[in-house]
Amino acid sequence: MNRRDFIILAIKGTAAVVLARGLDGIFRPADVQAWTLPRRFVFLVDTYKCIGCGFCVKACKLENEIPFEADVSRTWVERYVITGDGEVFADTPKEARYGFITGRIDQGRGRFKDIPREKIKKAFFVPKLCNQCAKPSCVQVCPVGATYQNADGVVLVDRKWCIGCGYCIMACPYGMRFFHPVLHVADKCTFCYHRINRDMQPACVQACPTGARQIGNIKDPRDPVGSVIRTQRVAVHKPEYGTEPKVYIIGLDEEVR
Amino acid sequence: MHVLRPLYLILALVIIILIVRTFWIADDFGIHEKGYMYGWYRQSNVEEWKNFTAKYRDGKFCVSCHAGQTQKLASSPHKDIECENCHGPAKSHPAEPRKLDLDRSRELCLRCHTYLSYPTSQRSKIKGVDPDRHNPGLNCVICHKPHEASKPGRS
Repeated sequence: MNRRDFIILAIKGTAAVVLARGLDGIFRPADVQAWTLPRRFVFLVDTYKCIGCGFCVKACKLENEIPFEADVSRTWVERYVITGDGEVFADTPKEARYGFITGRIDQGRGRFKDIPREKIKKAFFVPKLCNQCAKPSCVQVCPVGATYQNADGVVLVDRKWCIGCGYCIMACPYGMRFFHPVLHVADKCTFCYHRINRDMQPACVQACPTGARQIGNIKDPRDPVGSVIRTQRVAVHKPEYGTEPKVYIIGLDEEVR
Repeated sequence: MHVLRPLYLILALVIIILIVRTFWIADDFGIHEKGYMYGWYRQSNVEEWKNFTAKYRDGKFCVSCHAGQTQKLASSPHKDIECENCHGPAKSHPAEPRKLDLDRSRELCLRCHTYLSYPTSQRSKIKGVDPDRHNPGLNCVICHKPHEASKPGRS
């Protein structure tokens, strides 16, 4: 091949690529960015902002078709009330799907505890949801490959493939997994994967009136949630398990379990 | 040779299992981005999750028809509350459901307006009542207007 042939071939080749994909397809910035910026979804919970209304739990259950009256949920809100003499009271009545509409602490078996106002030194709400761990122990134990971490870092359950053995439910240090009462397969929070892929907010984030729940992409340098995680004091739940959880919490207390 | 019979049996079993496996396991089942430990799955399941139906729309969807109500709400202390928190998920309203499942109950309001004196939580900053003393049994919307929360009067 001489130089002339080579240049002609190069021009023809370029023209063929341009015709095949279109100029638009080659130079559209969004595509280039999507290609260079991988996604890693992370969550930010601000316990100072949470008011315990439970709208997140209601929205989650209705959005994700988890039977509303069943005592299982992909997300819930816990209340911690700590008195001056160090006593800790914690509850999550019906996963807070109806919010916290009384000051009495639900102690189970129909018992309720009224704590006098002047005794309360510290009290707050903590929303809980799947941590979408970087090293998810629930995925590691699945014997059939029905649960997995996808390219965006979200842990999903393949409902057609799950055999319902329950290993993953036992393996999660956070108790985030449960049996779907209708489908009889393992179920868990997906960060509303169907919504975040349509540029919508997860149902719980959208329902939150105070901004206590936020979602972001840690791999996007301009992401506001990512910059909070990078620049402010945040903690993760139970780091000692080595699962590298990706739900970051502002104002996490040592009493939160 | 009699001693070899169990070996043939095992070989036959392995072959049968391998044949069944090729038909049983989906073609896209395998090791993906996150490696063998975390990324061993059926690829098409990701698409199945992406195609899950969303039920909640958002306030912008409601504005397109109910601008009057959303405008009222926008200038009230309830402006941060999504329409669907009380009215229920819009799904593909107005086709389905024709009418949304509006929760007018006292318990809905008490989610925020039961006063809880929690010093380190925003909850204590919200105006609230003691539900055992403040007109027990009555629905709040009899007296209070949810869309114009700052104004007294009937809804």
